[in-house]
Amino acid sequence: MENLQIALNHGLSTQEYNKIVNKLGREPNLTEIGILAAMWSEHCSYKSSKIHLKRLPTKGANVIQGPGENAGIVDIGDELCVIFKMESHNHPSFIEPYQGAATGVGGILRDIFTMGARPIALLNSLRFGDPKLPKTRYLVDGVVSGIAGYGNCIGIPTVGGEVYFDECYNGNPLINVFALGITKKNEIFRGLARGVANPVIYVGSKTGRDGIHGAVMASETFTKEAEEKRPAVQVGDPFTEKLLLESCLELFKTGIVVGIQDMGAAGLTSSSTEMANRAANGIIIDIDKVPRREKEMTPYEIMLSESQERMLIVIKKGNEEIAERIFRKWNLDFSVIGEVTESSDLRIIENSDIMADLPISLITEEAPIYKRPSKKPAYLNNMKNFDIFSIPFPNNLDSIFLKILSSPTVSSKRWIFEQYDHMVRTNTVIPPGSDASIIRIKDTNKAIAITTNCNSRYCYLDPYTGSAIAVAESARNLACSGAKPLAITDCLNFGNPENPEIMWQFKKSIEGLAQAALVLNTPVVSGNVSFYNETEGVAIFPTPTVAMIGLIEDIRNHLTQWFEKEGDRIVLLGETKEEFGGSEYQKQIQGTVRGKPPQIDLRAESALIHTLLEASQTGILHSAHDLSEGGLATAISESCFTPNGSIGVKIKINDNMKIRNDAILFSESQSRALVSLERKNIPILDKITREYGVKMSNIGVVEGDRLFIENMIDIPINEGYNFWSSGFERILNSYA
Amino acid sequence: MFNFGIILFPGSNCDHDCYHAISNVFKQSCEYIWHENKGLDRFDCIVIPGGFSYGDYLRTGAVARFSPIMREVENFASSGKPVIGICNGFQILVETGLLPGAFIKNSTTKFICKWVNIRVENNSSPFTNLLNVGDVLRIPIAHAEGNYFATEDVISKLKDNSLIAFKYCDEEGIVSNSSNPNGSCENIAGLMNSEGNILGMMPHPERCSEEILGGTDGKSIFESIISWLKNSTGSKQIKTGRF
Repeated sequence: MENLQIALNHGLSTQEYNKIVNKLGREPNLTEIGILAAMWSEHCSYKSSKIHLKRLPTKGANVIQGPGENAGIVDIGDELCVIFKMESHNHPSFIEPYQGAATGVGGILRDIFTMGARPIALLNSLRFGDPKLPKTRYLVDGVVSGIAGYGNCIGIPTVGGEVYFDECYNGNPLINVFALGITKKNEIFRGLARGVANPVIYVGSKTGRDGIHGAVMASETFTKEAEEKRPAVQVGDPFTEKLLLESCLELFKTGIVVGIQDMGAAGLTSSSTEMANRAANGIIIDIDKVPRREKEMTPYEIMLSESQERMLIVIKKGNEEIAERIFRKWNLDFSVIGEVTESSDLRIIENSDIMADLPISLITEEAPIYKRPSKKPAYLNNMKNFDIFSIPFPNNLDSIFLKILSSPTVSSKRWIFEQYDHMVRTNTVIPPGSDASIIRIKDTNKAIAITTNCNSRYCYLDPYTGSAIAVAESARNLACSGAKPLAITDCLNFGNPENPEIMWQFKKSIEGLAQAALVLNTPVVSGNVSFYNETEGVAIFPTPTVAMIGLIEDIRNHLTQWFEKEGDRIVLLGETKEEFGGSEYQKQIQGTVRGKPPQIDLRAESALIHTLLEASQTGILHSAHDLSEGGLATAISESCFTPNGSIGVKIKINDNMKIRNDAILFSESQSRALVSLERKNIPILDKITREYGVKMSNIGVVEGDRLFIENMIDIPINEGYNFWSSGFERILNSYA
Repeated sequence: MFNFGIILFPGSNCDHDCYHAISNVFKQSCEYIWHENKGLDRFDCIVIPGGFSYGDYLRTGAVARFSPIMREVENFASSGKPVIGICNGFQILVETGLLPGAFIKNSTTKFICKWVNIRVENNSSPFTNLLNVGDVLRIPIAHAEGNYFATEDVISKLKDNSLIAFKYCDEEGIVSNSSNPNGSCENIAGLMNSEGNILGMMPHPERCSEEILGGTDGKSIFESIISWLKNSTGSKQIKTGRF
């Protein structure tokens, strides 16, 4: 009974424990329970999500590596490929925001350079609770400083991202971090423990007692005692990571590396067993050889520590000295801790005693897979009967417009991104603030555009549609930047999967992601699932964050959202409907999230994307901006607020739209974009839109110093700018 | 073609950016110098790039100053050849004592990465000779500890000897509190040693030397160095004392 109780305390179920005993033919010891509990945790095993994740399209002509490795890899031509992934660090960041966020950055960077690529860009997608709460301010400050502290120090630019606030994140902020690296196609490394008798080496920081049970913690919901879990949070050391990065890149050039994997969640346990599993080999680890920070650490602690900045590497036998010389030069710990075996077991020895002996397959492939029950959430029954006319027509559109511009959702996030070094490595062509961030690829004409998106209000109202929109908006952002959408990495943040209503949200969300990814031809090549984002029984809105990358073949064709020239014509592409469900307008006026989210027609989206791409190729567009939160009025003003000062517009909307004025301004109908171009080029655009069947409306001209929308809005552009640019800081500071 | 050496400390992170600018944009020869190596005679100019040397967990530059390469840099400078420290490089030069003063946390208490304007205060140096006094350069900064501090004595010596190279200003070149991003004394963004051949500057000229990166005002600084090297007849012996 005693061992079963230990297993239960580790988060294993009785059923799972019995399965282990049956497979082993004996009871597992403490170390073995620790190993299995970590690897069978939701965080490591994906046991609740696996059967659903299979529905995501993962293949495509450009895909070199799909899910299952440390990161996904996509071919960008010229013998080059990009390696990228997004990951969540939600639970640790709530408990200790600075270190939680910092180690999130550290972890995702290791996932990239473990595959042989030098990381060249970071992004993040953040969700916080009500900005009026002091706790939110504390979390924002800590998380932003943590990301900045790590990324700035290691010298990898944080080039973009997004941040949203909603009460549903009060007890569970989301910290999703994305990293992208670049390497040559023939210089990719994988997490493979190949070649029996090859040495297994440990490099990086010493192992301490920090982060033990991190993976298990990330697989539980929070209670009031969350802060007691602080010891399960790791501490980041970006300087050591910088040394680890440079030394690993130096080691790759020697040609002696067989396989490599970082020690992330579940540390030495996951790296060793996953590498062995991929190569269908076994591995033996002599625990005495593991460099450690503290005395008298047990095999249990060493195997489960999540100390940061460590790598496990298998090299060709006989080359130990070459490897050691490199790591010594960079002042890092280096130790041969074991070797690859034929046995297909994980064997841990200490002083020649066997401390753990488990089949690799039991730890990895045979981890449980659950088809958890799902049920449509009760709250959705009340959602459908929302009548747009229940929103009273506002007396003063100017004032509601300024309210939206200065809202935490829409207002400028400069306060955040100025804390990130977004220029280091001198590749940042378009910094944070436009539809997508653009980084050039030196020694080529190419550039990569990157964006992250998820409107979780939409997902709450309809997880299928909201998730499809996250993909569609990402692709639209890229097309507005002149980039062809290539592939996705995602971070699926949900509540407790053991609750059938949450499972239903998850299932529907996957269906939406899958359908959109399929139609828009953007396979999902990597990602992660974060369940249990729930405190005291209250779950977050479903938040399937999508990060998408796109390719710009010729950097000269890139676009930004900012108007360029006085006299340019402004054209709206796509159709506007009366869609207020989950909109910023609804939130500002009614303070609620209700009704149906905007609908998404993926074929229309695809047509719009093709239109934008073709128009950007012809060079006629001076700017392009997607319409999203805050609708047309917000998109127009964001195009006016250029980094080089604001520029006015004169807009006249034909009333043949036949919808309410406030819907013209603030509806969040999808598959729309705002472009500007010279008047003489309008016929060219007209031809392209006809070809793809995209509705085109000439709505005005870039001109003057007022934001003028006939019969609706008329304010000095500088006033609008002031509301937009200071809104975010004002909200944070007013409650400091 | 001149030979530029870029000092590499553990934790330097603008080394590649400087290398790219010098070799690909300005077409000069360029080499990295690991901080444990010796012998800088073959170089015409030494660059100490930005970054977080040794993580800068202590005061910025406080560990790098003890690295043996800094003695080599001092010797190199005493031959009269130019040394430029950018961002963390500036902080290291100050910690080493090759430039006066100290750095404290930005007055905003945050890391700041943005474009600022700086006004040229001295155009008779190896780093600014193609510029005019009063020229305004648009250039990025990226630092958490760029708040330059010095005693009044030091400030008056800097002023009396025209050793201030750049001051933070607005677009029109007006130097004021509102154009000071980090709280630096006298809005100082860059300064030189008494002999004028060591420059430290917080802004990053290597980040604005190509149109694609949003600005090219940094070019004038590298081009000034190259022009100065062309015109200097052999290396003048300058005695570089501590400031």
